[in-house]
Amino acid sequence: MTTPKQWIRITACENIPLREGRAVKVGGNEIAIFNLGDHFLAVDNRCPHNGGPLADGIVSGTTVVCPLHAWKIDLECGSVTKPANTAVCLRTFPTRIDEGVLLLEASALEKRSEEEIVCRRVATSPAVLQPIPEPANQV
Amino acid sequence: MVEKVVEKKLEKLVVVGNGMAGVACVEQILRHAPKFEITIFGDETHVNYNRILLSSVLAGEKSLDDIVINGLDWYQKNGIDLKLGVRITDVDAVAKTVTGNDGSVTPFDKLLLATGSAPIIPSIDAIEKDGVFVFRNLDDTRALLERSRPGLKAVVIGGGLLGLEAARGLQVQGCEVTVVHLMDTLMERQLDATGGSYLSDKMNRLGVTVLLGLSTTAILGNGKVEGVQFKGGGSIPADLVVVAVGIRPNVLLGQQAGLETKRGIVVNDYMETSHPDMFAVGECVQHNGICYGLVAPLLEQGKVLAATITGNKGPTYQGTVLASKLKIMGVDVFSAGEIGDKVDGSEAVRFEDPSLGIYKKLTLKDHKLTGVILVGETADSHRYMEWLRAGTDLTALRRQLLFPEPGQDSGLDAAQISDSDTVCGCMGVTKGAIIHAVHDKGISTMAQLKECTRASTGCGSCTELCQHLLKAVVPDFQEESKSTICKCIPYSEGNLRDILRGQKLRSVQEVLVIYGDGIGCEVCKPALSYMLDMLWCGDHDEDRSMRYINDRVHANIQKDGTFSVIPRIRGGVTSPDELRRIADVADKYKVPMVKITGSQRIDLLGVKKADLPKMWADLGMQSGQAYTKGVRMVKTCVGTDFCRFGTQDSTSAGIELERRLENLYTPHKVKMGAVGCPRNCAEATVKDIGLVGQEGSWQVVVGGAAGKSVRKADLLITVETTEQAIEAAELFFQYYRENANYLERTYDFVVRFGMEKVRKETVYALNPVKHGLLDRLHKSKALSHDPWLERESPRTPTQFVQIEPLETTLV
Repeated sequence: MTTPKQWIRITACENIPLREGRAVKVGGNEIAIFNLGDHFLAVDNRCPHNGGPLADGIVSGTTVVCPLHAWKIDLECGSVTKPANTAVCLRTFPTRIDEGVLLLEASALEKRSEEEIVCRRVATSPAVLQPIPEPANQV
Repeated sequence: MVEKVVEKKLEKLVVVGNGMAGVACVEQILRHAPKFEITIFGDETHVNYNRILLSSVLAGEKSLDDIVINGLDWYQKNGIDLKLGVRITDVDAVAKTVTGNDGSVTPFDKLLLATGSAPIIPSIDAIEKDGVFVFRNLDDTRALLERSRPGLKAVVIGGGLLGLEAARGLQVQGCEVTVVHLMDTLMERQLDATGGSYLSDKMNRLGVTVLLGLSTTAILGNGKVEGVQFKGGGSIPADLVVVAVGIRPNVLLGQQAGLETKRGIVVNDYMETSHPDMFAVGECVQHNGICYGLVAPLLEQGKVLAATITGNKGPTYQGTVLASKLKIMGVDVFSAGEIGDKVDGSEAVRFEDPSLGIYKKLTLKDHKLTGVILVGETADSHRYMEWLRAGTDLTALRRQLLFPEPGQDSGLDAAQISDSDTVCGCMGVTKGAIIHAVHDKGISTMAQLKECTRASTGCGSCTELCQHLLKAVVPDFQEESKSTICKCIPYSEGNLRDILRGQKLRSVQEVLVIYGDGIGCEVCKPALSYMLDMLWCGDHDEDRSMRYINDRVHANIQKDGTFSVIPRIRGGVTSPDELRRIADVADKYKVPMVKITGSQRIDLLGVKKADLPKMWADLGMQSGQAYTKGVRMVKTCVGTDFCRFGTQDSTSAGIELERRLENLYTPHKVKMGAVGCPRNCAEATVKDIGLVGQEGSWQVVVGGAAGKSVRKADLLITVETTEQAIEAAELFFQYYRENANYLERTYDFVVRFGMEKVRKETVYALNPVKHGLLDRLHKSKALSHDPWLERESPRTPTQFVQIEPLETTLV
């Protein structure tokens, strides 16, 4: 069964400056939203390395560089691009704009409240990362 | 007999034209015995300059001074009578005189016509309107530089080499540029249709609009240019129009002199015209049916002509394999030889990659290369040029035509080139000539090589190859630094600083778009931000998205995402009142840790981003800049106020130094110290800048370190007064700001530059140089401000606040 889409109104688009990120708390989760000029991307605001605030990082194309130790996160799929071969990834959240207000699709928040989802590479298509169901330790 | 020889007057050689061809030929003539009394007429008012680099001047990459080939001293040294600003209007072949537009009549024994060519002005209605330019000489370039400015709409008519270079130059000056080309292919003389479309794509991606297959019929506007109209009725707006549709040889004087002329003045293989005492060279001549408009042929012609005219007739000119290279940074285009597809029996070898924007095509006939087109990657051009020139049989190399064998450095293997191979096509310098210069004249640097052989002073595309050669034969050759900032922007910092200095680019994004990949990364963005701040003395367009978080919120991020707050306490001198306020703030905001730092300051650690502005207001103190690459502090000892040993008032001196430099940004952090005696209690000798007081004088020391490495600072200068000491510190400070690479500490910088050079260019520099450094420092200082004032006027509404969602719960 698929979860129905849940769009949450977040903030006026101009509150997130061009090529910067801002953090927002939604239902106990901190999410980093980035303004890439023609669209917005959202991921967990927690670097899988040491929990650094990704919203404070420098944006490079569609990646962000964590301000603490320069891990690089792909904002489109949530995977780590630096260091290479890091099999951890963050949740990403769809966004859309409605009359100048940014909306976030938050069904992923309910699915898993863990910040990090361990991923594995699928042998047939190495670029795609797929989540492995997290076992017992879910909070 | 002997007397007669002495009395024999030198023959008079009159040269009409002070451009590259005429003067290069005179240079060659001078290498033979001094046979002539030489007069050169130039209708421009400038000494001989490198015309092919005018587009680099327009693009701000070179200054007008940079492109001078021979200065006035060269003419004087060689006894040449230079007449600038005089146009020769008539040649009398019988009386053997030339007449100038100043009325002067000059007799000659031998005449050399090097009149070059003139821009073709197409028949377009109202083309004489104000705002229509050609782009041919230095005055044109200057006029374009004066007229262009950000926001103007510029239209370039003509999509050939010159038109495209002009377009890019205007774009760098801030104009919105459209190139209008009559043909369906850009640079159709050098490229095929596919190559042209790759080039169009690249130009479009750079932000230059390209319109193809359009014939311009009229310039619109009431007195001044307002637009251009096309055949069929369409039009586009324009504030500025550059006409660059081609050139035509200047043959009028040749005709007046009665020489045989067709499109150009006709010359034979010895560069002789139809008159025994008149010669011609360069773009104004036609050899074997061809008029050349590029630099390499005219230099080859000059050598032959020099031999002929000095009575050493023998060498012949056999025509030149034409090669052209587009001089637009970031747009690599090279073309040589035949480019047509439909030559009988020829075959084409192609490679293309649309994503990378690379297109290569080699045309071969009988296993010999006849033509090359390279777009997007031109590193192999040298290899192909040699194959073309030498007519190499490529049968054995068929598999390596487009892809050199692994391990070979794309044609740059200096050892593989034979001595007779040409390294610099523009100036006609062979590998042998360079080796010769190294062994016989002791050449050991690129600068000396350029001076001695002129290699790499033309289009500059052989610079890398020259460096490789020098590296191979000069034992202690120091390669000019070419390490780039990062992969986003393919220039070294020094190189980029020089480029940007002449330009109007104020924002990092503009620089990235024009010189980089348009995206940038966490390495280049802060580096470019610093560079623009420094170059514009603070008057740049600040873009916080290019800054590290510390420079967005003016506090140092900690491992848990909180921040530290360190207010400025100049010289480490505080007061009970200030300490009380700090204590109150620490209480009020529940600061988890209050710490005395190693820099004689107080650090409040564990502060939430949202609390920063309120805390700064409550503190009522300035930012201590402890989070940034900027001026940290001046650590001081108690100097003469209380200390029994103090010989200088180091506390006041340190506070004054800190006051003068605070709020400025630097390539890396700058920590300073001032001590009142050589006991060095405040450790000034391991600071970036230190003032060390002694009886009756100050030592100013620089480049010290007590961090990852420990280094004792070097003496910059010893001076008598405190004011002199502070000024010396300021000079070094600004010099470091302008010359160090981003993230290069002073201790690495002084080692890289050498203290001798640093001293010579700061405290021992000529007064104008010192004043320049201080003026720029003071200008930056005047525009600087306490960054913590952004608490009152944040750069963005959410600079410090966490966004509260409009809806909080999941629906």
